Amino acid sequence: MPTASPAITPGATRVGAKRVLAKRVLPGFGLTMGCTMLYLGIIVLLPLAALLLKAGEVGPARFWQIISSPRAVAAFQITFAAAAIATVINAAYGLLMAWILVRYRFPGRRLLDALMDIPFALPTAVAGLALTALYASNGWFGSALEPAGIKVVYTIFGVALAMAFTSVPFVVRTVQPVLEDLDPQIEQASATLGAYPFTIFRRVVFPVIFPAYLSGCALAFARSLGEFGAVVFIAGNIPFQTEIAALLVYIRLEEFDYPAASAIAAVLLLSAFVILLATNVIQARLLRYKARSA
Amino acid sequence: MIDMASTAPAGAFPALRALMPRLLIGLGIVSTALFIVTPLAVIFAQAFSHGFDVYMANILAPDTLHAIYLTVLVTVIVVPVNIAFGIAAAWAITKFDFAGKKLLLTLIEIPFSISPIVAGVTYILLYGAQGLLGPWLIGMELRIMFALPGIVLVTLFVTSPFVVRELVPLMQVQGSEQEEAAVTLGASGWQIFARVTLPNIRWALLYGAVLCSARAIGEFGAVSVVSGNIRGQTNTLPLQVELLYHDYNTVGAFAAASTLTLIAIIALIAKVAIEYRLGDQRAHS
Amino acid sequence: MKRSLALAAALFLAATPFAAKPAIADEPAQILNVSYDIARELFAHINPVFAAHWKEETGGEVNIDQSHGGSSRQARAILEGLQADIVTFNQVTDVQILHDRGNLIPGDWQDRLPNNASPYYSLPAFLVRPGNPKDIRDWSDLVREGVQPVFPNPKTSGNARYTYLAAFAFALEEHDGDEEKAREFVGNLLANVPVFDTGGRAATTTFVERGIGDVLITFEAEVNNIAREYGDRGFEIVVPSLSVRAEFPVSLVDAVVDRRGTRDVATAYLDFLYGEEGQTILAEFAYRVHHPQTRERFADQFPEVRLIEVDEVFGGWAQATEEHFADGAILDQIFVNR
Repeated sequence: MPTASPAITPGATRVGAKRVLAKRVLPGFGLTMGCTMLYLGIIVLLPLAALLLKAGEVGPARFWQIISSPRAVAAFQITFAAAAIATVINAAYGLLMAWILVRYRFPGRRLLDALMDIPFALPTAVAGLALTALYASNGWFGSALEPAGIKVVYTIFGVALAMAFTSVPFVVRTVQPVLEDLDPQIEQASATLGAYPFTIFRRVVFPVIFPAYLSGCALAFARSLGEFGAVVFIAGNIPFQTEIAALLVYIRLEEFDYPAASAIAAVLLLSAFVILLATNVIQARLLRYKARSA
Repeated sequence: MIDMASTAPAGAFPALRALMPRLLIGLGIVSTALFIVTPLAVIFAQAFSHGFDVYMANILAPDTLHAIYLTVLVTVIVVPVNIAFGIAAAWAITKFDFAGKKLLLTLIEIPFSISPIVAGVTYILLYGAQGLLGPWLIGMELRIMFALPGIVLVTLFVTSPFVVRELVPLMQVQGSEQEEAAVTLGASGWQIFARVTLPNIRWALLYGAVLCSARAIGEFGAVSVVSGNIRGQTNTLPLQVELLYHDYNTVGAFAAASTLTLIAIIALIAKVAIEYRLGDQRAHS
Repeated sequence: MKRSLALAAALFLAATPFAAKPAIADEPAQILNVSYDIARELFAHINPVFAAHWKEETGGEVNIDQSHGGSSRQARAILEGLQADIVTFNQVTDVQILHDRGNLIPGDWQDRLPNNASPYYSLPAFLVRPGNPKDIRDWSDLVREGVQPVFPNPKTSGNARYTYLAAFAFALEEHDGDEEKAREFVGNLLANVPVFDTGGRAATTTFVERGIGDVLITFEAEVNNIAREYGDRGFEIVVPSLSVRAEFPVSLVDAVVDRRGTRDVATAYLDFLYGEEGQTILAEFAYRVHHPQTRERFADQFPEVRLIEVDEVFGGWAQATEEHFADGAILDQIFVNR
């Protein structure tokens, strides 16, 4: 590392003082903040404002009627349940993959690493088609699973599977850099002190990666809520059983009913917003706690 | 190994320690094979189902080649813009305290959760002929929707969070001590960034760029709304896949889809090469 | 701070390409045909023949660009500024909306060309598995227990809306116009459908590749193309006793052709679709056509079928949409409450 140790920082004896110092000392706040706000405003906020404006056109009574109809409520329930299952799958798989990719050296590691990003590069519809082909009763997996009484396609598990596939990179790629930055010497130290591998992971590694892990999971969940292209192929799209909210949005668009489409989309958007905001608040708390205890 | 006999639990411990990595690696490989590789195998199996010649003929069809060109062009525009945005936003968020930081971070993440078709529609609601800015754009003779700018804009929207999202958790964990030290040593802002921050975040930056490229290459829903689907002009590769699929040209569709996979793999090999070189540098320094 | 913002703005503008290209009046005429999703091959065949025809007639060159996608999505795109000179759709409502929402075409567009501005038509027909094991001959066979029909979601697919209307019309005739009975019939039909794909192409995949369902219902032209495409699978075509005429309406987009000065060539293109050369290509793609000689030449390809008109039985598309397909209308009632 090219710089000297932080001990040179004068007067920064207490954590609080250091925080204030950081605000004053480091340059570039105006530039970076200006860039961020401008870009965010043009690329994200302006179009979203247009969406919410459109959703607002219908008035509160009609808005409520659209989003509280039994079919819409069922679609929301299915979407949230499937997204939750997908997130659980990715939470387990993502953590495992991040761990072995960073910590172990084995033949084929680079290839495995490369494969993690593929779900993003495939158009979602292609992913949906391929998954349906695999798990259909005449597919490679379906023909084995269905005699065992496990039906994936045209059920909520199919929906969850498609959502999980399309959001694979989130957990892996959020945890990976933090894990790479974590000094393995601390773990080795704990190991020499006789701690179990699992204890080391739980007590030493997990607290450090937890904020990133949490946000990775939240992002995977948020992405699953909006997934459409892959899901419609594998879902069967039967109302009250496998019809997702994004399909309802699509149906309203086909009817040229922008306001109704915007209303349902706004509900998905606000749910995701709340979840992501909550995650960010929790994450900030954890980091503050960490900073204090450090 | 040395203190094996010193404590009771340590007796079983080396065996477990030796076995654990193998178990985990095995589990990781098997689950990846089932979860990610098999769908890819289906795509390639379909693409080559009529032999290699038919596959190549489909890839080299002029419309498909143009679609590949357009997709690469869009990616090449989008990724650097998002890298610049990502660095700026991550710097602002992790190096300074300000009110509404969590809100800002959440707003940055929002594009992840929006159904791509809805993302496309929001742009139509804004820039379309009947949208909020539509009449003004028509007056200015500016053509945004159903042309390259529209495709670039929605792709920027869909991929905007990636680089930020990779950088923020890492920069939060790393803290600002090193940069503060650099300031007290009299370094300028750009110097601090180039010499102190950049080496620390290069991996995350690379991940962000790769994810951003992958997503830009594969985006279908949002682009389909704003592209106008004019073949040989505004059809990106994912749109071309859909078009061929509708034509009952399953081989062509999956061949085009496999090209997307191949482009992604090329990008990833490039990443690995960069990693390798950077890793080398680190080893030498 | 101010300087930083200005710099940020400059960076952003530099990075965003606003490639606004003014239309230059080039030597070869350029027209854009915006069409439905499954018509790419069809128009890829028609376009070069028309270009040759146009050169012969006028000596001029013409390039025809093609855009394909779901018909409603395409209509939305045109309303939002996609510069289409011509639309060739598979939904009357998707052309009508160009008048209703954007005033891009006159209200009487259907009277400007023969046959309600539809140079060709088709009808919902059946594709069954080899040997027709469930012995499916007509609509009444589709509501039998154990028969699984496959067709897309009528809410998202125009194709399926025709299937719905044909079944409804069939039931109305069976039960002497008793609408309650017809609703029940169509309700039973929908209850037998195992999967509702969003589009016709996906439904075909479900039926052919996934092996789901006993009968696929889609346009006759599609049924023929699928049977040809998967010739080795031995699927059989069944044309029911009664069906609905599915029109494929075409129109100039007046607002665009007048601005771009392409009215002549666009008009010639539409006329060409009605001429013998155009009609022959259409018939080769298994669409039914109006041109007498062409009809005769392809007669054995198209079995006799009694066709009802949406205008006569359902009072036109506007009324059918309102009564059957709108949010909360009959389709929603029988589709959802079953």
